[in-house]
Amino acid sequence: MPRTLAVLPPEQGVRLITLQRPEALNALNTELLGELAAELDAAEQDAETRVVVITGSRKAFAAGADIKEMAERDLVGILNDPRLAHWQRITRFSKPLIAAINGFCLGGGCELAMHADILIAGEDARFGQPEINLGIMPGAGGTQRLLRAVGKSLAMQMVLTGEAIDARHAQRSGLVSEVTQPEFTVERAVAIARVIAQKAPLAVRLAKEALLKAEDTDLASGLRFERHAFTLLAGTRDREEGIRAFQEKRRPDFTGQ
Amino acid sequence: MNFEHILFSIEAGVATLSLNRPEQLNSFNAKMHGEVREALKLVRQNPDVRVLLLTGEGRGFCAGQDLADRNVAPGAAAPDLGESIEKFYNPLIRALRDLPLPVICAVNGVAAGAGANIPLACDLVLAARSASFIQAFCKIGLIPDSGGTWTLPRLVGMARAKALTLLGDRLTAEQAEQWGLIYRVVDDAALREEALKLARHLATQPTYGLALIKRSLNASLNNSFDEQLDLERDLQRLAGRSEDYREGVSAFMEKRTPAFKGR
Repeated sequence: MPRTLAVLPPEQGVRLITLQRPEALNALNTELLGELAAELDAAEQDAETRVVVITGSRKAFAAGADIKEMAERDLVGILNDPRLAHWQRITRFSKPLIAAINGFCLGGGCELAMHADILIAGEDARFGQPEINLGIMPGAGGTQRLLRAVGKSLAMQMVLTGEAIDARHAQRSGLVSEVTQPEFTVERAVAIARVIAQKAPLAVRLAKEALLKAEDTDLASGLRFERHAFTLLAGTRDREEGIRAFQEKRRPDFTGQ
Repeated sequence: MNFEHILFSIEAGVATLSLNRPEQLNSFNAKMHGEVREALKLVRQNPDVRVLLLTGEGRGFCAGQDLADRNVAPGAAAPDLGESIEKFYNPLIRALRDLPLPVICAVNGVAAGAGANIPLACDLVLAARSASFIQAFCKIGLIPDSGGTWTLPRLVGMARAKALTLLGDRLTAEQAEQWGLIYRVVDDAALREEALKLARHLATQPTYGLALIKRSLNASLNNSFDEQLDLERDLQRLAGRSEDYREGVSAFMEKRTPAFKGR
């Protein structure tokens, strides 16, 4: 059993993972990151799990990395840091990942949230990369994913000043897709997850992969990947079922085949 | 609770915060700001508090900023008033607006400057018949702060908001009531008792639901119609999950008086 996470068994295809280190505003220490990576590995293997929602508390999604832990590592320690492998496993997760964010979403917490495919924020959420204040910088994608999400000027401002932005600002700049009342952030994220969980799993997986391709390749290669993925789906039973159900005006029954 | 510049007490669900520098018409200095902030924190943290009553001691409600704190000596550098707003007044106004419970303001006398706008951040404003509201800022070269430029046009319309803030004339309590700036005028001698009666009544009501009403009305001033409909849906969903709603409906069905707990 993980100590720093609460994991609910999948319900209607959706697995909910809650970060639980209240004493540290869910700061992402190595233990938590390792447990999260392991949970996502398990969710990857689990056929019942179609979508994962990850959330924190009302006060904090995650307020950063564990500073004490970080202080103890020298250059060689950081080179051999096990955290890198955990982050890579989180990045590799192939099913849709939705982050439901309330309160502080800072540093490593913001980087974790940006690993999600869809970000839903409560009105009082705050996003920031305050690493610069400690004489360091984001080290888990903060400079890369933030720039792709919000553009250069805002990303530079956030990373170089360390100042946070509120949920509405995050929505205007494209970092999050929806802002909701804080009491409903998790419910809303789960509702979106359930919609996705009813779709054909292979189509969802390839569509996610194609969208992520857009972030790290040129347009021509991206279009080529999209076309190949599109063609691959032509060999699936779910495509036949989806099109037939549409023509017969009924709900499709997808099997993931 | 020991404060120097305010009186603060909690009784039967009602927290009463009274500004207490009567010789200076309860004008704000840094220490009073700190004490008010401390008291509002106590209100927020105490689940037994279901209503806040804000008022003043002596003949005035609040004369805004204590200008003795702000004397600009000839040749001295200009003070950074923005910093004082950022540090003191804006957090106070936000705290009053965001408190998840009804806030009653009993304006017992003159309310000038920030002191005229602080009541407007509260939910129900009663004023003594002899009280008055003065947007005094324009007389010393400043602009109305503490939310005044935002609340005034919404409460009384742009024409009256501009007249009040550009002229800085004294607005009587009765005129303020007629213009919709405040809820009700009460005879001087009855003000404190009337305000307490209102507070004690509200403290027995479904205060969680009242807080949601406050939240929805506050938000409506910035929301589009569609956004507001969505907000109503969400907050009603929350209200429907409350113990008080269950109690309200069962008391109605059983034809008895409901016993609300504020959750």
